[in-house]
Amino acid sequence: MKRFWAWGALIVGLLYFILPLIGMTNFSLKMRRGVYSFDAYAVVLGDPRFQQTFTYSVTLALLTIIVGVVLVVPTAYWVRLKLPWLRPYIEFITLLPLVIPAIVIVFGYIRLYNTSSWLPLTATSLGTDALLVFGYTTLALPYMYRAVDTGLRTIDVTTLTEAAQSMGAGWFTIIGKVILPNVLLAVLSGAFLTFAIVIGEFTMAALLNRPAFGPYMQLLGANRAYEPAALAVIAFVITWGCLGLIQLVSRFQKSAQRPV
Amino acid sequence: MSFLTLTHLQKSFGPTKVVHDFNMAIEKGEFISFLGPSGCGKTTVLRMIAGFETPTGGSIVINGRDQTELKPNQRNIGMVFQAYALFPNMNVFDNVAFGLKIAGKPKAEIAARVQEMLKLIHLEHLADRYPYQMSGGQQQRVALARALAPKPQVLLLDEPLSALDAKIRVSLREEIRQIQQQLGITTVFVTHDQEEALSISDRIVVMNAGRADQIGTPFEIYNRPATRFVASFVGTLSLIDATVVNASESTVKLGEQVVSLKKPLPKGEGEKITVAMRPECGSLAEGARGDIAINGKVASSHFLGSVIRTKLDVGGPVLSFDMFNDPGRAPPAVGETVTLKVAADDLMVLAD
Repeated sequence: MKRFWAWGALIVGLLYFILPLIGMTNFSLKMRRGVYSFDAYAVVLGDPRFQQTFTYSVTLALLTIIVGVVLVVPTAYWVRLKLPWLRPYIEFITLLPLVIPAIVIVFGYIRLYNTSSWLPLTATSLGTDALLVFGYTTLALPYMYRAVDTGLRTIDVTTLTEAAQSMGAGWFTIIGKVILPNVLLAVLSGAFLTFAIVIGEFTMAALLNRPAFGPYMQLLGANRAYEPAALAVIAFVITWGCLGLIQLVSRFQKSAQRPV
Repeated sequence: MSFLTLTHLQKSFGPTKVVHDFNMAIEKGEFISFLGPSGCGKTTVLRMIAGFETPTGGSIVINGRDQTELKPNQRNIGMVFQAYALFPNMNVFDNVAFGLKIAGKPKAEIAARVQEMLKLIHLEHLADRYPYQMSGGQQQRVALARALAPKPQVLLLDEPLSALDAKIRVSLREEIRQIQQQLGITTVFVTHDQEEALSISDRIVVMNAGRADQIGTPFEIYNRPATRFVASFVGTLSLIDATVVNASESTVKLGEQVVSLKKPLPKGEGEKITVAMRPECGSLAEGARGDIAINGKVASSHFLGSVIRTKLDVGGPVLSFDMFNDPGRAPPAVGETVTLKVAADDLMVLAD
């Protein structure tokens, strides 16, 4: 009986998630009347704005990953090595983006960095792009920090650092050649999550008025019928691809770190 | 002048003083062991030499150069850790080459030096292996080669054998000593295992509560311990209370007998002293050498193969002694009354 309810709950849950997806996919294939076709996909993929916004978002996602890694890896490493008492505070700070809405952050940015401020980042597109990358870095911080911190937990940070130091290595060499390569898989899983977040992000890009993929999806959704459904399916495939890569990477990590 | 000199070295962690006024002069090519129980400060002294801890006071001079203020990566000191600490992302070759690459040596020189080091530890055939593909003993040998590759001025070994199983421990310690002698490198070895320290060191520093209780050769440390702590920590000792009868004649009352210990006594007539006996100094055999005879009842008797370890109840203290196995004679039975013969020369008088 218990098993029946368990299966029942699972099936209801699956239907709850899958039915809308099936409906949406089904709808996205019905652009040509009476037959299933990929017309909507062809329209979306052929739209130059799709290509532009997608390229823009991918570029920003990669930049966000770089900024995130440069910020988080040394920080998490230093906290583990020298300031372990600071860890709960750092964890709390990295969790803040989950409770502070993106819209609050972006309004804060606009107030602080507008054209009449001491650092008018929004005055140029490049400045605004930089601001957007920093905003994305903040949004991805909870995931990136946790991934890297978990990776650091699997290695003996202190002893490896001391071993490298005794052989003459400075901090840059230690982080670049010893620490980063050993948490690379953790960093990669953080990077895929960051990528998925940036590709789908709407609020920041829209309010900073940048041509990102999120606002494009919204624009298309407001004006067309079949194409938004096709675009949503594409976005899902990208996100799931990222999640699949995380799975793949973590499986690879497990097999790479066999016990001695 | 000594090669490595530690002068008035002190270290406190907050209000806790872990190393008190540590002084030592180590000659070039010497193998020194810091021996002591956990928490005695031996690892802290080692880490101060390596530069991982900053001394609260005192100085560290290597080869005439003051190292006290130098960072660990400026000292050119090789270190081997208990947990191996090989870089998991690098194979054996790259691990050993790490220090040489940092020093900016040319590629050909690095390759030659790494080969030389791998030959030294007999692991030339494992150059492509990653740390997780090797046993603990192999990893620790690679760690040794890695520490030695950049030709450090001093080699520090922080309990390098503790994580290994007993058999490997013995063979690797012999290998370490042999390599050390071959290279003539000044080495400081930290251990809590007295057998390790006794078997491979030129000199041993016995540490207790942040102080060096005694510095001496293994023979001196074992046979002439300076303090009660050294005596009890190094080797097994049976302690017997005695009363001084005549200080000038070195006679004491041991149980019911008055015996001469043939050595100066630290206290005067009527005062109590502690006499200590090593387990190998007693003998049960008929006609055995020994001017002191102690009667007692066998409390326990363990046959360990070549040695029989017996505890003898002498009506108060329990004396522990070992004797070699004799195929013609059964081990003493529990409850049996026997006479233990000890030479007065072999008994130690402890100062405190």
